Amino acid sequence: MDFLIFQVPMLTLQATLDGLLLGILFALIAYGMALQWGVMNIINIAQGDLVILGGYIAYFMYLSGIHPAWGIIVCPIVMYFVGVGIYKTVINKVVDRDLFISILATFGISILMMQLMNFAFGADVVLANSEFGTTMLFNNSVTLPNSKIFSAVVSIVFAICLVLYMKKSKLGRAIRATAQNARAAKILGVDTEKVYAATFGINAALCGVAGALIAITFTIHPYMGLPYTIRSFMIVIVAGLGNLPGVAMSGMGLGVFEEFADYILGTEFRIGSVFLLLVLILVYRRFKLSRKREYLK
Amino acid sequence: MNRNLLLYGSILVFGLVAPFIFPAFKVQLSILCILIILATTWNIQGGEMGYNTFGNILFYGLGMYLCASVQVGMFFPLAEWTEGGGEKTFVHTPAQFFQGMGVGLLVAAVVPTIVAGLIGYSILGLRGHYFAICTLGLGVAAGEISGGIEIIGAGQGFTTPPFPNIGSTEARGEFFYYLSFLTLVLTFVVVKAIYSTRFRLVLNAIRDNEDKAEAMGIQTMKYKITGWMISAFFCGLAGGIMGGLVGYIDSTDVAFDGREMGVFMVLMAILGGKGTLWGPVIGATLFHFFKEGFWTYFLGWQYVALGVLIVVIVIYFPEGLMGWLREKYPEKFGEVVDEADRKAQVELK
Repeated sequence: MDFLIFQVPMLTLQATLDGLLLGILFALIAYGMALQWGVMNIINIAQGDLVILGGYIAYFMYLSGIHPAWGIIVCPIVMYFVGVGIYKTVINKVVDRDLFISILATFGISILMMQLMNFAFGADVVLANSEFGTTMLFNNSVTLPNSKIFSAVVSIVFAICLVLYMKKSKLGRAIRATAQNARAAKILGVDTEKVYAATFGINAALCGVAGALIAITFTIHPYMGLPYTIRSFMIVIVAGLGNLPGVAMSGMGLGVFEEFADYILGTEFRIGSVFLLLVLILVYRRFKLSRKREYLK
Repeated sequence: MNRNLLLYGSILVFGLVAPFIFPAFKVQLSILCILIILATTWNIQGGEMGYNTFGNILFYGLGMYLCASVQVGMFFPLAEWTEGGGEKTFVHTPAQFFQGMGVGLLVAAVVPTIVAGLIGYSILGLRGHYFAICTLGLGVAAGEISGGIEIIGAGQGFTTPPFPNIGSTEARGEFFYYLSFLTLVLTFVVVKAIYSTRFRLVLNAIRDNEDKAEAMGIQTMKYKITGWMISAFFCGLAGGIMGGLVGYIDSTDVAFDGREMGVFMVLMAILGGKGTLWGPVIGATLFHFFKEGFWTYFLGWQYVALGVLIVVIVIYFPEGLMGWLREKYPEKFGEVVDEADRKAQVELK
């Protein structure tokens, strides 16, 4: 059973394709995290819960008869304001503080959002059926839901739009300036408070898009947020801040890893293997860095 | 000195008679003891050493599973027990129960300590937020993985041996209360003892500037691992007792509950004031009152209230109660304050 995967090339192909398409979605969430980590120096534990909230918006559109694919337009707009709201109430008080304080504060937000969603939407696993159908490849031996292809394409489009926006627009330039040196940006007339709010909003909007896509292709549940946070954290530390191709590559790598772990170890160890991989990556990184330690920074 | 003796004596006496004063709250008092142990041991890392860990839950959960497994496995086949209904077919005699509990607690304390020693070198080399997220991942991974292992009950949970019938109906509560209170006293004495040695100074040096401490010739890694092993010892013990007290172990909701207990221990230490001996004790007591209050008055909304509480504590009281007192009355904490210096600092603010 364990070695079935090596004997059946089609199964391997299936897992790889699934993983790649899933990984693009992860990369989108990780991009949001890298953005706000770079600009505000905050690790947002509530990242995954923002994703799930976006998913529920799409799910409710589906329930009320609108096609859930329109969620990719509605979710980012709604989530942008949710993000700005969270920034104004909590995050702006922890921006300049110790990193651990911000981790704990966002952990609190995460628990809060998790429970509120549990109340509002119930503890059932739900999905928004897009009815896109499936594509069969290689004589029907590899099935590929069209919704997964759709979500991968949408993720890529959103990522490209965001990169262009960051490069060309005035706000994008202000965000990049703040990331480089907040103090200097402030002196030169950038309203960093506004930049921070916008960054957090954009991050939440990206999470919203990803959430809508996850609701279409997979399932959502109020308590499923934390694994998404961990995945995006892992992708960002592997790729490094501000390395967009790296984020895409490591996102897809993680997706493939997860699919294979799912096939080989069994579904019950899927999330566990993700968290274990995080620990292993961090430990590997620690041994790699300790070789060329620099005392004076 | 005399005042201290009076204080400790009265707390000890109160602890010993508490189950007779509040007979209805024996379980709550036992849980309070466990919470204080967890907060105090977290403080060794988070407060004294500056390593904010979410991972002590790993040792707590490990201790819980180990204690229960040993207690069952010593006398009956473990797999049949966990498969369902084992606790109805096999019954521990009182002697077996206490013997199993004793050996189980020993294993529950020793194995996590060894685990901490083994993984310490890799994990404690991480710094700052990498350490925090890594330990968070460690706790959750342990929960997810133990939820897939058949012999300890997998997803359906593990019923710990029920307390044997030894005559009195009050015996169960009293036994667990005194067990946890004894462990608490042991923890406090050990922690207080090591805080009065050079060990604490080394830990504080690591917190303030690890690179400089290393440059001064301190083998920081050795001290960090030792500190973590001490925490692991008491966390494992606390977990073992808690498993018997709750009577039911679930991988993600009771044992490796990184999102609740794992955060609670951080929160309790912060609420009381990290980096002090008494802070975690006071913090845990306050927190337990808050928590039980929420459970009673906001039934259904308790986790929402807890989320709000976390955010409020972290944003507005990051220094905790003891930190606030310290700022207000520095003389009481043995700090010499230069009045002119303080005024200058106030003006600077």
